[in-house]
Amino acid sequence: MSFDAAYEALTDHDDDARWAYGTGFADPLAGVDTAVPQDVDRGDLSAYCVALGDDALIMSHRLQQWVTRAPELEDELALANIALDLLGQARLLLTRAAEVEDAGRDEDALAYLRDATGFRNVRLVERADADFAHLVARLLVFSAWRLALLDRLTTSTDPVLAAIAAKGVKEVTYHRDYAAQWVVRLGDGTDLSHDRMQAAVDAVTPLVGELFVPDRVELRLAPAAVAVDPSTVRSEFDAVWAQVLQAATLQPLAAVAEESAPGGTGRDGVHTPALTEILAELQGVARSLPGSVW
Amino acid sequence: MTAAAVAARVTDPELPMLTLADLGILRGVDESGDRVVVTITPTYSGCPAMQTIQDDLTEALRRAGYAQVEVRTVLTPAWTTDWITAAGRLKLAAAGISPPGAAPRRASGPVPLTLVPSRRAIACPQCGNPDTEEIAAFSATACRSLHRCPVCREPFEHVKEI
Repeated sequence: MSFDAAYEALTDHDDDARWAYGTGFADPLAGVDTAVPQDVDRGDLSAYCVALGDDALIMSHRLQQWVTRAPELEDELALANIALDLLGQARLLLTRAAEVEDAGRDEDALAYLRDATGFRNVRLVERADADFAHLVARLLVFSAWRLALLDRLTTSTDPVLAAIAAKGVKEVTYHRDYAAQWVVRLGDGTDLSHDRMQAAVDAVTPLVGELFVPDRVELRLAPAAVAVDPSTVRSEFDAVWAQVLQAATLQPLAAVAEESAPGGTGRDGVHTPALTEILAELQGVARSLPGSVW
Repeated sequence: MTAAAVAARVTDPELPMLTLADLGILRGVDESGDRVVVTITPTYSGCPAMQTIQDDLTEALRRAGYAQVEVRTVLTPAWTTDWITAAGRLKLAAAGISPPGAAPRRASGPVPLTLVPSRRAIACPQCGNPDTEEIAAFSATACRSLHRCPVCREPFEHVKEI
């Protein structure tokens, strides 16, 4: 195959194939029955899918930033695969959100054309990781929390959300194990690795509380079993967190007030400056060259 | 050849030794005259091969004479490695990839945490040694893990149970 032919094979001429996801990517929910159950508020369901999708999208982007920087090739592959799983979940959720919203937007419009104040992700996913210990501590908190949420969402009365969650549970189970095993290996390792892992646990602790603060959308959708009130997964999360810290010979940081969320949470659109930095990178090309293909 | 037979012979772009039928992602083929509706399910949410699979199915069916081909996605029930056929498992092993064991099942309660790398007996597909070790839980794709055989000293991939 000549170089020209190889290049030709990478591109296609589908009008819907923007550069953003490579070429030729179609609606990930194509052919899925996407009816919205009766009595479910479309605005609330859409906002909820956006929140869960934004968590996955921003966490995925932070993980992608570790590619070429991970300590071992195997871990680089692991982080890239975890990032890919989360990006897949984000695409499904944002596509669902756009369909339910029915306002002419699609997954790309939601991912690339909203400003930071329009994002609904928790602030935990925004943080840049100072080192690998900080990364695995944050990934453990994120995946233990998300797994507990997704596990309950497998019985959501929105069938599409339930189906997305059922796939996600299988994936995030592996993500949580990966992070937990690294926390144990570093915590129960050398004096140096133990101290650095403890520092990472201490640093992530203030970001934990926000994960369990329900927002208005979750409180409205939870009684009809469309959404999960995150405060109900706190004990499950705590059990996992305690089990890992004990195996890792690490101490929970009891002295730190986790988060009282003054001024609102990420779910209310209140974010750290880190999100603006991420969006500048994530959205830069899409905004400067709208509709481009490659 | 029936549309079902044509669709069943299309291979997976990442694991080309397997057909879509071997992999268990082909969920239905409905044919009516020159019109075909094929239903597939993704392995993982982020699987980047889904678009290629849709294109390959469409092309194979058009070449077989079906003018109207529609490929639909179903998300539920979620794919499990238990759907990889017996023939598919033999093809994986023949290609040096360890086939998956039974997928984990959970009656109720929280998803169990695994704090040590898997100690399940995964036999080396090269030399048959039953006692191998896991190097990494993620390999070239999310669906495979990386292992090493201490006897023949070869690394190999294993399709993870999900």
